[in-house]
Amino acid sequence: MRRIALRAGELLAVLFVVSFGVFAMVTLMPGDPAVAILGEGHPKQDYVDLRQELGLDDPLLTRYWHWLSSAVTGDLGRSLVPPQGDVTDRILGALPVSFQLATMGLLIALVLAVPLAMWSAAHAGGLVDRIISASMFAILSIPSFLAGLLLIMVFANGLGWFPRAQWVRISEDLPANLHHALLPALVIAMMELALFTRILRNDLIVTLNEDYILAARAKGMPPWRIMVTDALRPSSFSLVTLMGISLGRLIGSTVIVEYLFALPGMGSMIVTAANQGDFPLVQGAVLIIALVYVVVNASIDVSYGYLDPRTRRVHA
Amino acid sequence: MRSDKSRARAENRTRTLLVGAALLVAGGAVAGFGWTTPTLVLAGKAVLVLAGLGLIFHGIARLVVGFRGKPVDLLFVLAVVWLIGICVAAVLAPLLPLGEHNDVAKTLVEPTNMAPSLLTDHPLGTNNQGLDLLSRSLHGARTSLAISLLAVTIGTVVGGAIGVMAGYFRKGVDSVVGIFTNALLAVPPLILLITLSTFLDPSLRNMALALSLLTIPSMVRLARANTIAFAQREFVMAARLMGATRFRVMTRELVPNVLLPVCSMAVVMISALIVAEASLSFLGLGIQQPDPTWGNMIAEGEGGAMEDYPHIVLVPGAFLFLTVFSFNLLGEKAQKRWDTRSAKL
Amino acid sequence: MNDTNELVLEVADLHTVFTTPRGVMRAVDGVSMSLRAGETLGIVGESGSGKSVLGRTVMGLIADNATTAVSGSVRIGGHDVHAMKPKDRRKLWGPEVAMVFQDPMTSLNPVKRVGAHITEALRLHLGLNRKDAHERAIDLLRQVFIPEPARRMKQYPHELSGGMRQRVVIAMALACDPKLLIADEPTTALDVTVQKQILDLLASLASQRNMATILISHDLGAVEGRTDRVAVMYGGRTVETSLTSRVFARPAHPYAEALLASIPRIADAPHTVLRAIEGAPPNMLAPPGGCSFAPRCRLAQDRCREEQPQLREMSDGVRGLHAEASHLGACHFPLTEVTERQEVG
Repeated sequence: MRRIALRAGELLAVLFVVSFGVFAMVTLMPGDPAVAILGEGHPKQDYVDLRQELGLDDPLLTRYWHWLSSAVTGDLGRSLVPPQGDVTDRILGALPVSFQLATMGLLIALVLAVPLAMWSAAHAGGLVDRIISASMFAILSIPSFLAGLLLIMVFANGLGWFPRAQWVRISEDLPANLHHALLPALVIAMMELALFTRILRNDLIVTLNEDYILAARAKGMPPWRIMVTDALRPSSFSLVTLMGISLGRLIGSTVIVEYLFALPGMGSMIVTAANQGDFPLVQGAVLIIALVYVVVNASIDVSYGYLDPRTRRVHA
Repeated sequence: MRSDKSRARAENRTRTLLVGAALLVAGGAVAGFGWTTPTLVLAGKAVLVLAGLGLIFHGIARLVVGFRGKPVDLLFVLAVVWLIGICVAAVLAPLLPLGEHNDVAKTLVEPTNMAPSLLTDHPLGTNNQGLDLLSRSLHGARTSLAISLLAVTIGTVVGGAIGVMAGYFRKGVDSVVGIFTNALLAVPPLILLITLSTFLDPSLRNMALALSLLTIPSMVRLARANTIAFAQREFVMAARLMGATRFRVMTRELVPNVLLPVCSMAVVMISALIVAEASLSFLGLGIQQPDPTWGNMIAEGEGGAMEDYPHIVLVPGAFLFLTVFSFNLLGEKAQKRWDTRSAKL
Repeated sequence: MNDTNELVLEVADLHTVFTTPRGVMRAVDGVSMSLRAGETLGIVGESGSGKSVLGRTVMGLIADNATTAVSGSVRIGGHDVHAMKPKDRRKLWGPEVAMVFQDPMTSLNPVKRVGAHITEALRLHLGLNRKDAHERAIDLLRQVFIPEPARRMKQYPHELSGGMRQRVVIAMALACDPKLLIADEPTTALDVTVQKQILDLLASLASQRNMATILISHDLGAVEGRTDRVAVMYGGRTVETSLTSRVFARPAHPYAEALLASIPRIADAPHTVLRAIEGAPPNMLAPPGGCSFAPRCRLAQDRCREEQPQLREMSDGVRGLHAEASHLGACHFPLTEVTERQEVG
């Protein structure tokens, strides 16, 4: 219990530092937000009034406090750029798209990586293993925007199998939604797939040399069953750690993919907002992303207890 | 007995050489056929060329085994050759007899969107404004490499120093550093870069500073972990008992030991930074046109150009891929050798 | 041949040869043996003598593949283990032959409950449903004297002591009523106080079930009084085999004698110096010519270094017993004859 409390305190401190950092950084932007909102050519007093109204002339800490206290209640302010919507609403509208893409990418990567790694590990050193390992290493060196462009070139433009630059919401039409999301999700999956396969293969090879695998064989268990029921779980610790570490990259490639496919998610929103200097929107979005990131990593810590019963007693 | 063995070995060697040569020729034929046959679709060409290159690779590997008598890590050698080549070319880019890389005014009479053709003035083709792609790729390498190397140096020095201090002093310093590194790590790298780009001019110096911020947290963690491990060893205790100051213990006893894992991590990071820089320029938030970087060159292919002129994307894409691949290979080797702890991830 | 005296295991001229990067290793080099139902055979030797490889080859866990060559034959219950398809061979593992491994810390899967270790074999081989398998597993745990078996079923291996874990491993091996049990150093990793309990448990279970048992050990003390016959292995070969009592009373091979002399005895006078065997086990990658024990043998002569001795009847005066009770040794100058000579001269 104490450990959990300590951990939660640490998370809060991290979030606090992140929020302040983001707030301070974005507020230091050159250019006057009042000008950005009203446009040029208004009487000087208008700008002064607006600055007053937005509280832009208060000291940094005061403004931070205002922002944070309303952020906690779910109010992240208003966007500066027309149509000047509520930041929270904008984020809530964009989040599901990014979440769906990232989740689909992660699932595709896992679904492909597990069997590939198992095959590779079971035939370690063989031709198929070497081909899989080499191609995974090569995929690691292809940045996601390049991979995305190449896949678009082949599948969307060349073969015409997938649409591009359109989005259908899940609530409207599920099959069409999946059809639109598949190619972007594949791009997101590629890098993760390569990482997952590599790490899981190496860990599986170590596990397969354990005595308990030999003992399971000596009981007459078929090889595929040993792989699935005996070897996979003890081999997945590094994979789970890696998923936590690579979440940042996953979010990064989601941003790139949304931009590339012009999908209405957090990524394209944040890129546009950054280009337009819409600082409340950038602040809000970064804060939410950091929140998700921290929470997911914390829950990964918890999942070790399930994967490895040996750690359970230590935690309790 | 002995002569039998050496004869067998000689026969073996001849066979290895023959097989190698055969593979080489076959690979060349397949790749050449794929490259030159105009009727094939792009995917078919790509498959043939790749298969041909694979055969050539194995052919050369066999030949080397045949001549030297022991195998070499050919891929590693090729990666090193590529990196040296690209670095030299990047440094010398302004002096080389290349086409125009950023001044559109000088290319009014040049062909636009010309496909690569090795024996012309534009061996790798031109873009939609007639700028030479080889020249742009090499100037792009200049920018990319300069930014990444600068960033990784800053990150390694600053991050390493903070990490060693956190690991040596522990307690308060350690927790404060811990919270700040965790806070930096809590913002996904690309998001952090995009945020920074909202208020920083996309100059070479600012890009390097922004990217160095990405490397600092991991460097701090690695240096800290290694410092903690070494600080408990006898030689550090011995130095302290002899009255060495804390500064001296850190610089003379700890830093030299922490240096190797930190440096191999730095090599791994270079490729991540090259990718990050390219991603940012691709999003239009990095170095701006007409100055070329691999990222903004690839972005030129967006919005229709890529369908008709795939080389606009493929040429800078190939440079980016080969460079990142080589650094990855180098980094993996370095980590296997000098940093067994983090090599696994 | 009646049911109780059925021949369970027949091994004829078994060789297991590993091809390693450093050379060819003859881990098992021509071993023959046979075992009847209810009979217990001890295989003793130092580490590296090939006894564990022998156990695994007999079972078929080590089989022909790219780096391993197995020749000779192993028949378990009439099935030629090494001529079978892997799929059919797996059907033997459990109902016909089972194995108890050396280290219960590593031979149980840390992320699997105790119950699952036992029930999965029951469900696979005997086709029991979940409930019946559970009942039967509890019964098995009771048979190996694990207290509170129903509660133990739900625990993970790390929650049990070493001795308890080895009992689980034994229950796992006995699950499908094997006709032959191979126990590979079953007590080496356990506390001395627990060793005797486990050995006695194995012995009593074997006699209850009329199960043939091979007890592999480097500890002659473990074999004494618990086995009917014993085979002493050295350098991948059987150097002496007979009834356990006869080998202990009158060893023929100098190596067997040396092994016996290295057992501490309570009956010994205080401060008796234990005799260690000089030198190290042979390098299996480059075995010496002639008798492999010759470099360490106190009685070695020129002939021992030139000519490899074959297993033959030792003339210790007792003749006319059936083949399995005969006293075989592989030595040019067995102690049984040397002493006779010395007595004469």
